[in-house]
Amino acid sequence: MPDLFDKFQPLIDQYEGLMASGLRDPFHLQMDEILSPTRAVVNGREIILVGTYNYMGMTFDPDVIEAGQKALAEFGAGTTGSRVLNGTFQGHAECEAALRDFYDMEHAMVFSTGYQANLGLMSAIAGRGDYIVLDADSHASIYDGCAMGNADIVRFKHNDVADLEKRLKRIPDGAGVLVVLEGVYSMVGDIAPLKEMVAVAKAAGAMIAVDEAHAMGFFGEHGRGVFEQAGVEDDVDFVVGTFSKSVGTVGGFIVSNHPKFEVLRFVARPYVYTASLPPAVVACSAASIRKLKYAHNKRAHLWEASRHLHKSLREAGFTLGTETAESAIIAVKMPDQETSAKMWTALIEEGVYVNMVPPQATPGLHLLRCSLCADHTSAQVEEIIARFKRAAATAGLPLKA
Amino acid sequence: MLTKDTVLPRLIEIITPFNRAGTDLNAKTTFATDLELDSLTVMDLTAEIEDEYDMLIPVNMLPDLETIGDVADAVVKIKNA
Ligand SMILES: Cc1ncc(COP(=O)(O)O)c(C=O)c1O
Repeated sequence: MPDLFDKFQPLIDQYEGLMASGLRDPFHLQMDEILSPTRAVVNGREIILVGTYNYMGMTFDPDVIEAGQKALAEFGAGTTGSRVLNGTFQGHAECEAALRDFYDMEHAMVFSTGYQANLGLMSAIAGRGDYIVLDADSHASIYDGCAMGNADIVRFKHNDVADLEKRLKRIPDGAGVLVVLEGVYSMVGDIAPLKEMVAVAKAAGAMIAVDEAHAMGFFGEHGRGVFEQAGVEDDVDFVVGTFSKSVGTVGGFIVSNHPKFEVLRFVARPYVYTASLPPAVVACSAASIRKLKYAHNKRAHLWEASRHLHKSLREAGFTLGTETAESAIIAVKMPDQETSAKMWTALIEEGVYVNMVPPQATPGLHLLRCSLCADHTSAQVEEIIARFKRAAATAGLPLKA
Repeated sequence: MLTKDTVLPRLIEIITPFNRAGTDLNAKTTFATDLELDSLTVMDLTAEIEDEYDMLIPVNMLPDLETIGDVADAVVKIKNA
């Protein structure tokens, strides 16, 4: 009988090759202490965190911590139950109320993760004979949700409005259609032309879902996301989000104005067949969401830090994923896997943590991804830039003149 | 009405530029093993076939389309539905 692990041998070989080269292991880094949203201790040394998606720096907010401690003491460590059985506590309801208020929408549904929110929406909303039309660069949770359901799945070229329109025109009359978009695409941090895409999807009579995981808190007047900034709030049927980035906790959600939305609580299996979030998590999340609404200074600072890091790395000769800072994600392109691993190691030695994106996630690209935090000080940003330059010299990464 | 006899030779023409391994192209040629196409290339090739016949080949159908002949059958079936 074959060993069922045999199919992973190429990956095992690739990983062992990387380790044999004496470089550090980018996928098993352990943070021994977390000093703040932007500082941690690894192997006894302090590093600057530049790859956490902790955009708004809410993880150590005193009001957030206090809310969590109170809920932990009053409601216990866990719920031990599904949202539809014994797992909806006062805190889950409060969290959904905070989301309805933040998005100014009628309905909000909190899942245990953003991954599950996408699984739940995609697998439940479109059935046999319906179509889901998604951007080719969609997050894994969107693809996996599609694979769980029975709809026909159609991809269009990343951020290509004309390709979306062409595909929508080919869908047979009478089929239900959901178009799935993301505000910010997390691999290189580019944003979607939502105004044009939503117009095309609406003209075709489709429903529209936008995943705003990487935009909540700092796009649009109220920080709702790229869909708010693009002025298409009235045309979007579902907004999907996560607590694991700007909110600073863990969890996922969908908000909507659709009058029949609540039925999803019965039909979205990743909502029904898993335990709900712990009381402390929902209490922290609700407190964080309420503060994000008014976090204008943090928003402004995050944008300033992102633009400054982008501009400086570009001027230093690094090749970046976007022409300008379109979001708080700054992706640095590496020529190959080996240089990428060397550069990542050199950055850790310098005391900077960024994400090394596994090549499976971005076929054809080797990326080191930075994400900024509203709590990064100007001095930290200057330090990050200086360390990037030194690390490039150590790693032998050629920079453009 | 499209028939497999007309679709198959046209598909082979469309696939030829993707045939970097120089494999013999016929109804039994497989995409994964004979042509060794990666996921990005599969997406480009699928788009070209979709444009040629002004149709959609849903992503969920791809695992069942192992050979060029399977694609020809699918095109005929979808276009004549
Ligand atoms: C676009 C997008 N959607 C959904 C998710 C899933 O979020 P969560 O971490 O809450 O599962 C992520 C984060 O990885 C994401 O980038």
